[in-house]
Amino acid sequence: MSASIISIFIVAIFIENFVLNQILGLCPFIGVSNKIDSAVGMGLAVTFVMVMAGVATWSIQAFLLVPLKLEYLQTISFILVIASLVQFVEMVIRKTAPALYQSLGVFLPLITTNCAVLGVALLNIKKNYGLVESAVNSFGGGLGFFFALIIMAGIRERLDVSEIPEAMRGAPIAFVTAGLLATAFMGFSGLV
Amino acid sequence: MLTQIVSAVLVLGVLGFIFGAILSYASVKFEVKIDPQIEKTLELLPGANCGGCGFPGCAAMAEAIVTKGVPVSTCPVISSLNRIKIEELLGLRKPGEVVKKPVVKAALIKCNGLDTAEYKKFEYMGVPNCQAAVLLQNGPWLCPHRCMGLGSCVAACPFDAIKIGPQHLPIVDEDKCTACGRCVLACPKQIIELVDKEKFVHVKCNSVERGADTRKVCKVGCIGCGLCVKVCAYDAIKVDNNLAHIDYEKCVGCGACVAKCPQKTIIMEDKPQFKGRVALIDQDACIGCTICHKVCKFSAVNGGTPKEKHSIISDKCVGCGLCAEKCPKKCISMVDKA
Repeated sequence: MSASIISIFIVAIFIENFVLNQILGLCPFIGVSNKIDSAVGMGLAVTFVMVMAGVATWSIQAFLLVPLKLEYLQTISFILVIASLVQFVEMVIRKTAPALYQSLGVFLPLITTNCAVLGVALLNIKKNYGLVESAVNSFGGGLGFFFALIIMAGIRERLDVSEIPEAMRGAPIAFVTAGLLATAFMGFSGLV
Repeated sequence: MLTQIVSAVLVLGVLGFIFGAILSYASVKFEVKIDPQIEKTLELLPGANCGGCGFPGCAAMAEAIVTKGVPVSTCPVISSLNRIKIEELLGLRKPGEVVKKPVVKAALIKCNGLDTAEYKKFEYMGVPNCQAAVLLQNGPWLCPHRCMGLGSCVAACPFDAIKIGPQHLPIVDEDKCTACGRCVLACPKQIIELVDKEKFVHVKCNSVERGADTRKVCKVGCIGCGLCVKVCAYDAIKVDNNLAHIDYEKCVGCGACVAKCPQKTIIMEDKPQFKGRVALIDQDACIGCTICHKVCKFSAVNGGTPKEKHSIISDKCVGCGLCAEKCPKKCISMVDKA
């Protein structure tokens, strides 16, 4: 049991990395990877929301949709859950930890429409994970996103000061970098 | 089948309702009190979120004004009325306190160049962008200071206040202009200046070339002759570097320089036919107090012995209006020359 949980965790972070392997959640990956500071904030926020959403959507699926044979409402009800959850988390953080709220800033509401969050919720169901496995998978997915974002931000901070042909500056070189990064992550595929 | 549909609708509806209820409860429970002054300040700010103040949008600016004491004037586009309102709201200014009338500025295009073939070096067919045109032989015009007329200022204006009018010269809509200064930075010839909206006499030239050189390339350029300096009763014009400059703090807009300018470089806004003004004394009301005679800097008032009624020598009168202002009986009026 514990071994399989550890393997789920490792697989979620490295082998099935949400950004670099499954190509999900690309817009924050490109949009918020300009500075390491904001990348850390976004990564933490996404990880947090992913775990919460993973658990909440698993519960919805197991206790509501399956007994009522309403599995086809998965997507819409998951979106509902994620959106409400993000809103709720935003309110709570704003009240209880204004400093954290300030540093997360616009990233929190942005996560509402992050497809990686919906992706992790749907994949948990698809892979027939239990509650604990779902939570671990979500946490691993979030951490994977976090790592990918930070690696990308670190590279892009160095790219800013390096000599790049004018036509390639900004988004083009970022896309090429992302591609190379994804290729590098493919090397993990034999890990587990 | 029906139960399927009903249960689907019910489940989603109930889910939505529950989440809505939780969120609305949370919004009350976790409500963060915002200083009402911040909200009021935000309402009075322009709301364009232009970022000209250096803060990310008007909301951040409002917060900074209230909590960090950032001066309201940091906002480059706020109307003077709203600025005063905010300062009163925050207790920085007592209500009704008399303030020096704020100077409301608008962009002024300092060129009046004509648009005929004889003032052109060549026909520019390149990218319609002033910076690009300047790179090519310093522009298509003979005068090195001529407005390119390609509308880089128009493109730079976020308020749609500038458009290109006749003669390829930009026209500023003073009602829309907020004096944000974007056009000033965009102009490669530094032709645009921000001046008081209420002043209407302007030197429409930016050429610092010698008079003879200017005359060769422009019919309406300032040649630095200095006639306007001599005719100004308020010491409001200086010629510096072959170019007349108006000191807008001193200028009263009498138009004496406009009438005198041989090149028609100095203009009266909205009055292209302006030929100057002349004083007119109402002989019935004049008591011969000699004040107007004494005050006239151009010896244009007849009389000087007390009780003798005054009259104006219209050839000498430049229309500065000093006498009309000083006349104790208010019997001198200024009329436009035909």
